[in-house]
Amino acid sequence: MNINSLYEKPILFAVAAAVVISVGTLVTTFIPLFLPSTQPVSPLVKPYTAVETEGRDIYLREGCNNCHTQTVRPLRTEVARYGDYSKPEESAWDRPFLWGSRRTGPDLARAGGKYPDAWHYRHMADPQGMFEKSNMPAYAWLAKKKLDTSLTARKVKALGYGYDGAEVARQLAAFRQTVTAPAYPSAQVRSQVTPAALQGEITELDAMVAYLQKLGRDLKAAQATVARPSAAEAAETKNPYAGNHEAEEEGEKIYKENCRSCHGEKGAGGFGPKLAATTHKYGGSDADLFSSVAGGRPGGMPAFLPQLGKDRVWKAVTYIRHLEKERR
Amino acid sequence: MANGDRSGSVVRGFALSSVFWLLVGLLLGLWLAAEMIYPALNLAPWLAFGRLRVVHTNGLIFGFTLAGIFACSFYMLEKLTRTPLAFPGLAKAQLWLFNLAIALAALSLFAGMNTSKEYSELEWPLDVVVVVLWVMFAVNVMGTLVKRREKQMYVSLWFLIATVVTVAVVYILNNLAIPVSIAKSYSAYAGVNDANVQWWFGHNAVASVFTFPILAMFYYFLPKSSGLPIYSHRLSIIAFWSLVFGYLWTGAHHLMLTPVPEWIQTVALAFSIFLIAPSWASVINGYYTMGGNWDKMKSNYLVKFFILGITFYGLQTVQGPTQALRALTSFLHYTEYIPGHVHMGTMGWVTMVITASMYFVMANISGREIHSVKLANVHFWLILVGQLMFTVTLWIAGIVQGVMWKAVNPDGSLMYTFLDSVAAMYPFWAVRFLGGLLYFAGISVFAYNLYMTSRPTAQEA
Repeated sequence: MNINSLYEKPILFAVAAAVVISVGTLVTTFIPLFLPSTQPVSPLVKPYTAVETEGRDIYLREGCNNCHTQTVRPLRTEVARYGDYSKPEESAWDRPFLWGSRRTGPDLARAGGKYPDAWHYRHMADPQGMFEKSNMPAYAWLAKKKLDTSLTARKVKALGYGYDGAEVARQLAAFRQTVTAPAYPSAQVRSQVTPAALQGEITELDAMVAYLQKLGRDLKAAQATVARPSAAEAAETKNPYAGNHEAEEEGEKIYKENCRSCHGEKGAGGFGPKLAATTHKYGGSDADLFSSVAGGRPGGMPAFLPQLGKDRVWKAVTYIRHLEKERR
Repeated sequence: MANGDRSGSVVRGFALSSVFWLLVGLLLGLWLAAEMIYPALNLAPWLAFGRLRVVHTNGLIFGFTLAGIFACSFYMLEKLTRTPLAFPGLAKAQLWLFNLAIALAALSLFAGMNTSKEYSELEWPLDVVVVVLWVMFAVNVMGTLVKRREKQMYVSLWFLIATVVTVAVVYILNNLAIPVSIAKSYSAYAGVNDANVQWWFGHNAVASVFTFPILAMFYYFLPKSSGLPIYSHRLSIIAFWSLVFGYLWTGAHHLMLTPVPEWIQTVALAFSIFLIAPSWASVINGYYTMGGNWDKMKSNYLVKFFILGITFYGLQTVQGPTQALRALTSFLHYTEYIPGHVHMGTMGWVTMVITASMYFVMANISGREIHSVKLANVHFWLILVGQLMFTVTLWIAGIVQGVMWKAVNPDGSLMYTFLDSVAAMYPFWAVRFLGGLLYFAGISVFAYNLYMTSRPTAQEA
């Protein structure tokens, strides 16, 4: 057969085109589907709970992935900004994957456990109220919608999460009890953003917050038992900027950018404890304050050492010291 | 009917549908650009950025581009085969079903029914409709080709066949899902595999919607409007097969430095660099076709659209592969640089070629000259300047963002918070909005001019 007759036979041409496009497809896409190493599974990464699954579906519905990525790349500055880089095992339960393609807002792969729930309730309801320059849309209306759980059991079954309808009902009841209890640590802010009629129910915002708190949580838990990053900084005891007025002013700027959204204007308190005080929850020595800011504390205080560095952490501590004095 | 074509009214229907969805998609784009600056414009859940962006991309890829492809493909098919469309009734049904599907797609996306996989967001019932539409199109393309009276198939027809085959394969495989209700499904693939399949689709949707059929138009309408034969038939053979072969390997360059296996990333990177060659073979073929006749850029109102279009294609196909390089992707990925890249391809290459082809087609099926050459020139300059303002601004914005994300102090700590990098974007976003506004003005002129060309004149009516 003359090769040029290919250009005279449309059906044959279509078959030839199909063969040519399948080579790259087979090698880079089809074969990897059958290699267990493409998507490794680890017992350390758990499937989503019923509420987290619903929260994730709201994340999909609202197209949050159009502005937020969920994959930290193995780059020095990225790890400093967000946390440890993403591992393939972390995506094992993700249908669809949500790595995203654009960061109009920050990456969320390590959002879980970084802030208390109250922070998310306030931020979702009014992003500009917390960060004036933010361009995130407000999602206050999610708190005004009761979570629809009619499909939850079917969803977790389709997703193969390994628990049944009875377990879904149990989880939903337990979650409802947790977030509606007066003892819920974020109860005050939740009640501010949730209409009275829905305060006893699970709202869409509750589910969204639960989902955000799951992101990266399993990895952090696994790593917490291996190493504490702040331990290496335990030797830092003396503030090199004690009494330095310039450092105090710089500290104020650092405070406004990084601390104010939780600890309030001039340390008046908010989601985080009041700082314009003479006593502190985790100790008031220079070393204690450094350790709190640098390494974080349980319950929503993030570790700032990776992004701020030792120098700026000390300046922030200097400003906190200044706040104490102002109070007196 | 002019020139004895059987499908003039279907071609006209698809062309006008295409222009309608183009205007809608661009208006939504303007609204999105304004939302970036004033978040208060997220007035309602269905208008919030996350939902609206999806309507914008789907509306322009499927509403505008596909309809434009259908219009020009049916026209080229009849001309290049010297045969009327095999199933004109089927084509008419396809036109109505198409517009219904796009309207339903927009409504469902506004309602938040989406799978979140980029450019593949439609939920499964609409995926089924898209497949039906594609089969209708394929039957007409292949049927007409089989019945054709012209022995040799011209290069435009090869690209058309490649489009038919590739869209079918990538669209179906990427949309395989487990339904849980009429409006909700989950991907058939999990995690890393889902990402890998999605960007294999995403990249080849670009190939088979924004490249193959647009090249088909370029190879047909440039010689037609300039009166100059294409420079090299042999070069177009090499360009075609190596392009079609190479494209399918490169999807993972959208996933550089993610948990996707490193070998897949590296293979994608290598083939991305390789693709520069066949892409530029078409660019060179276009330039050499002009040969010593560059004065036609001035004397012929259509030629400049095609030559500028292929120039932007050439820039895109160098910029794209360089973005896959690890050193550059680590710096530029996730920044505004990438929307800048995409929009030069869509606003420059794709839209310039489609709108110019439509002028040619509409004048031809109406059996008369274009309504106003002057307006066509106004349209050209407005979309050229608007696009450059938009894309170059976003490249600079992306570089600024990349610098700010990576800037470190001597002690290794970060120089800027994320919010600092958002605040720095506002002036760029304002210029981008203005560029978009100019662009929209240019397209409005085009829409008017095309509509006036398609309208029956007083003596005809």
